Amino acid sequence: MSRQMGESHRRFLQTMMVSGVIDEQAAKALYQYCCETHHTQYAPDKLEDFIDTINSRLQPMFMQIRKGMSENNGLQYYALVNMAETDITRMSSDYADNELELFRKTLDLIVCSENGKASSTDILNSTDSMTTRKMKKSETEHLLSRLVHDKWLSEKRGEYTLSTRCIIEMEPYIRTMYQDHIKVCHICRNIAFQCQICENPTCGIKIHNPCVARYFKGKSEPRCPSCDDFWPHEIPEVKRPHSQSRR
Amino acid sequence: MTFGDSLPFMRCVAMTQRKRPSSTQSSSQRRHTGNLVAQDEDDDATFTQPSTSQVQRGLEKLTPAQVDQKTAEVVQYFLVKDQKKMPVRRADLVKHVVKDYRNIYPEILKRAARTFDQVFGLKLVEIDPKNKMYILVNNLETPDKASPVRSPSNPKMGLLLAILSVIFMKGGVVRENLIWNTLRKLRVDPGEKHEEFGDVRKMVTDEFVRQRYLEYVRIPHTEPIEHEFRWGQRADAEVSKVKILEFMGELHEQDPKTWTQQYRQAHSLPNSSQASTSSSSQR
Repeated sequence: MSRQMGESHRRFLQTMMVSGVIDEQAAKALYQYCCETHHTQYAPDKLEDFIDTINSRLQPMFMQIRKGMSENNGLQYYALVNMAETDITRMSSDYADNELELFRKTLDLIVCSENGKASSTDILNSTDSMTTRKMKKSETEHLLSRLVHDKWLSEKRGEYTLSTRCIIEMEPYIRTMYQDHIKVCHICRNIAFQCQICENPTCGIKIHNPCVARYFKGKSEPRCPSCDDFWPHEIPEVKRPHSQSRR
Repeated sequence: MTFGDSLPFMRCVAMTQRKRPSSTQSSSQRRHTGNLVAQDEDDDATFTQPSTSQVQRGLEKLTPAQVDQKTAEVVQYFLVKDQKKMPVRRADLVKHVVKDYRNIYPEILKRAARTFDQVFGLKLVEIDPKNKMYILVNNLETPDKASPVRSPSNPKMGLLLAILSVIFMKGGVVRENLIWNTLRKLRVDPGEKHEEFGDVRKMVTDEFVRQRYLEYVRIPHTEPIEHEFRWGQRADAEVSKVKILEFMGELHEQDPKTWTQQYRQAHSLPNSSQASTSSSSQR
């Protein structure tokens, strides 16, 4: 049931347009702030309804505010995404043809990897097989830092992963393009890049690191939820949301 | 400073844009647009505003869904352009987006303006009645309390605001040397490549001018050639002179009223009507 859009909704949307992606705690704080600034009735548990109202008006423009989980900290994030493109041409006004080709190659590497990461070395090597204008090493490095700045990729210790915003926005595209290669989390059923895999060769289910943390929390002997084999991987700690609302 | 907060940037790209050629420079894109100028001016010259009855007849031949779809495309186009702070030229809009629906163009634009207002809290403003150019301006009032979500810091805007402030305080026009000296005092040397801004001269005299934040005009009969800076149309529409004066007051610990000329200037026109028309009188 969609209410009318008011100033509070517009302010929320404008903030999403500027920020691109925000974590759930920031979204809740923003929702409250927008309601209070415009003297609108505020119900703390109605954030989803509030966003639904905005989404119903964004739908004709093929835009949506969508929710997704970070593979790093397990927190929920909201991102303003473009639903229109079925390809990565959504990025086309910011990147040149050869830059998009390199991004696609990076995507290939990440999707087909076991750990959901692509090393900068592998990415640099993939420029050898480019069909558009080849990129020099310095150009590739510059492009990668732009992709990180624009929140398409994340980087840690020379390894690149898909950012939360990228996963939220590109999941439909990735599911279509890489049907046979994608991993799906057994617990939350969403697409998984960085995850743990059951070592039983006849099982092989995948679970996101944060989903592992939550599922096995407090269990003295972790066992695979599918085949019951001992789960050999290190169980991470459940991460708690912190008060900073950056990113 | 809330100036940065009031500029909407859209991070996701919405529609099929002309792909940039394989190049890492943006100059190719500029050349691309430059080549189209002459052609688009011809297009605009041949675009005659349809009459109200023509628009009515045109609407009767289309389904509501078709009109809505076309309106959505226009909205997307604007949002993408606005991401780069580039004004939208009517000729481009008609040629690349409106196309066959040009006979109902005024209706499409009216509905797009309504969408901007109702969904995004943005106002469609015509900044150049002669050349028919539009920008999007924030329509939401500046709140008293700061947002809990910090926008990504935009240092360019800070620098721009410093420049605009100097121009305003000096009566609306300044010779370029004053701006260069001001920047040097801020440790931004136009002669050197800056870590954050790169080619500072280019950013100020080219990027800010194209975005319509500044005007950079040659002063006749100067040798060597000198230019002067004024506020651009986007600055007129988006930046509050009242707020600049308030900031100056805080900076110098003075009452804004002590700058009588500037105070009068800032309070003479409400900001919203400084730029020319709003959507209702579009053409």
